[in-house]
Amino acid sequence: MGTPLLELRGINKSFGPVQVLRDVAFQVHPGEVTALVGDNGAGKSTLVKCIGGIYPSDSGEYLMEGKPVHVHNPRDAASHGVEIVYQDLALCDNLDIVQNMFLGREKKSGMILDEPTMEQLAQQTLASLSVRTVKSVRQQVSSLSGGQRQTVAIAKAVLWNSKLVILDEPTAALGVAQTQQVLELVRRLADNGLAVVLISHNMNDVFAVSDRIAMLYLGRMAAQVKTSDVTHSQVVELITSGRSGTLGLAEEGAAA
Amino acid sequence: MSATTTNPFKTGQKIAVPAKDDGGLWGYLRNYGQRVRGGDMGALPAVLGLIVLSIIFSVARPSFFTPANFANLLTQAGPIVVIGMGLVFVLLLGEIDLSAGFASGVCAAVLAILLTTHGYPWYVGVAAAIVTGVVIGLLLGFLVAKVGIPSFVVTLAAFLGFQGVVLWLLDEGTNISVRNDVIISLENEYMPPLVGWALAALMVLGFAATQLIQQRNRRRRGLPVLLWQVVAFRVVGLAVLVGIAVAVLNEERSRNALFSLKGVPIVVPVVGVLLLLWTFVLRRTAFGRHIYAVGGNREAARRAGIAVDRIRISAFVICSAMAAVGGILAASMARSVDPNTGGSNVLLYAVAAAVIGGTSLFGGKGRVLDAVLGGLVITMIINGMGLVGWSSAYKYVATGIVLLLAASVDAFSRRRAAASS
Ligand SMILES: Nc1ncnc2c1ncn2[C@@H]1O[C@H](COP(=O)(O)OP(=O)(O)O)[C@@H](O)[C@H]1O
Ligand SMILES: [Mg+2]
Repeated sequence: MGTPLLELRGINKSFGPVQVLRDVAFQVHPGEVTALVGDNGAGKSTLVKCIGGIYPSDSGEYLMEGKPVHVHNPRDAASHGVEIVYQDLALCDNLDIVQNMFLGREKKSGMILDEPTMEQLAQQTLASLSVRTVKSVRQQVSSLSGGQRQTVAIAKAVLWNSKLVILDEPTAALGVAQTQQVLELVRRLADNGLAVVLISHNMNDVFAVSDRIAMLYLGRMAAQVKTSDVTHSQVVELITSGRSGTLGLAEEGAAA
Repeated sequence: MSATTTNPFKTGQKIAVPAKDDGGLWGYLRNYGQRVRGGDMGALPAVLGLIVLSIIFSVARPSFFTPANFANLLTQAGPIVVIGMGLVFVLLLGEIDLSAGFASGVCAAVLAILLTTHGYPWYVGVAAAIVTGVVIGLLLGFLVAKVGIPSFVVTLAAFLGFQGVVLWLLDEGTNISVRNDVIISLENEYMPPLVGWALAALMVLGFAATQLIQQRNRRRRGLPVLLWQVVAFRVVGLAVLVGIAVAVLNEERSRNALFSLKGVPIVVPVVGVLLLLWTFVLRRTAFGRHIYAVGGNREAARRAGIAVDRIRISAFVICSAMAAVGGILAASMARSVDPNTGGSNVLLYAVAAAVIGGTSLFGGKGRVLDAVLGGLVITMIINGMGLVGWSSAYKYVATGIVLLLAASVDAFSRRRAAASS
């Protein structure tokens, strides 16, 4: 296996007295879907926000393609090709699809917004993702359904020259058909060479699309394994108890 | 940071793009109807308000519907509209600036002291007044964005504080008269009829040109374009409105044969330029886009890498700077500055102007044009009731009711918009 695209070592993160992430190690490889699983409150969203520069981590190393980098804010993350589709979708209801997709990174000619270029790129990206459900890219986001919003958020992430796309529970609020579409999309992103991290609660989804599974248990990385090396029940055990046979956290003593 | 966009799926597929909105003119109208019923009423309430009020007051007092009163209306609306334009920026963020009225008073006092007491030329006074506004805005914005005090509290404190500052600047309440010709001309002089026509023609041609260029650029890229009927309607509509207004204002208003009184008030092109400037900033620049984003979803804006604090401070700076311009107009109109300049109901009127025009009190929705339309509605109420001879008591009550009505329309459209998605 070559150098991981993203490697985290020894990440700690506390909110006041509450330590949410403890000594977390995490690797993501290009061309693969890495599923990040864990119980509610395990710290998945927090880990993702540390990767995306929303929260600074208290300590730990952050390496991109083997080189240490510093990520202090979302712009830093974006400059390293990291794009995140957040669980609480970061879209502005009062703006339209194009405006949301280019938010913070508008195309300009001189000081004037270059609307035709942005509209064209947005349309092309949506079409390339085989999105046919939105009527017009000039629709306000407030008028979209949950699935459509998810699609816009994903399109926003792949619009940029991104290397790593992280999706935080992208299918949680979707119906069966839309979930299927999003999962297909996730697989195609990886097949096109991107590194993809997928957070999901649904084991069927995880086993359907992922190459690797990383399991967080109470803020610690219990295990990171190839999907083909584990069974459903092993993963469930790791999620609920942090251990499964030889896999997982060694002893509870230190944490208790 | 990488500014390149690449399409991750280079499948070479041709993307079918609709050439124009389907459904033709009927489809467009149906769409518009749906938007209105969905709560997005735009300028409709303000325009309807202007029409209804004109009819009522014209019937009650024929002197309301005269060129002279039309010119009066426009000059009276000046300060309210300009302060309201600045407030639109703060309201877009979902904040409020209760101190904008007295900020305009402070800036007007600075102007009057420099011009009258110290004899500086007008441009020094104007520059100093606007700089005072900018400093006030920086202070308010800092307290709101960096210290984290709610804008309601910060600007309520400033509302009281600035009232004191005006008194102090004016030596406990003396009245300073303003005699500078340039300043006085703003609210008291009129353009020669030919200049009025020339500016009107320039405006309509400029509007038509930008519309046509925009449509051509979109067609070249294969993007949907507006129906030509819609573009034509907008251009012709503007031409007719502006044409009628200029024709009426160029009528002789003097009843005295010895001197002539006609032309478009100077304040009209002043407000027009400010309207163009800020509309351009809000709709065509990244800064303007970010104002809407911060007002719509602050966290999303932050995650998009927008410097949210800087945007919030800028909005307060623009608001207070526009309050300064409003103060200059008020000083021009009264030909003096006193402790009540920018006081009493100026702030209420300016907020009401923005909200009646369609700017939301909840943030994220609004245009600079709203302050112009709403400001005209408010001024029409004040002016019309004055002519009808109603007392101040009625004026206050009526204005309060109109503000409440506008806020209800705002809350109602929000509910409709939330329900329809
Ligand atoms: N901003 C915050 N402040 C304080 N505690 C937080 C914050 N965000 C998350 N937490 C806490 O951190 C823990 C992990 O949360 P989260 O990362 O959202 O878990 P997950 O996404 O795995 O369900 C939870 O106990 C949560 O209450
Ligand atoms: Mg979560």
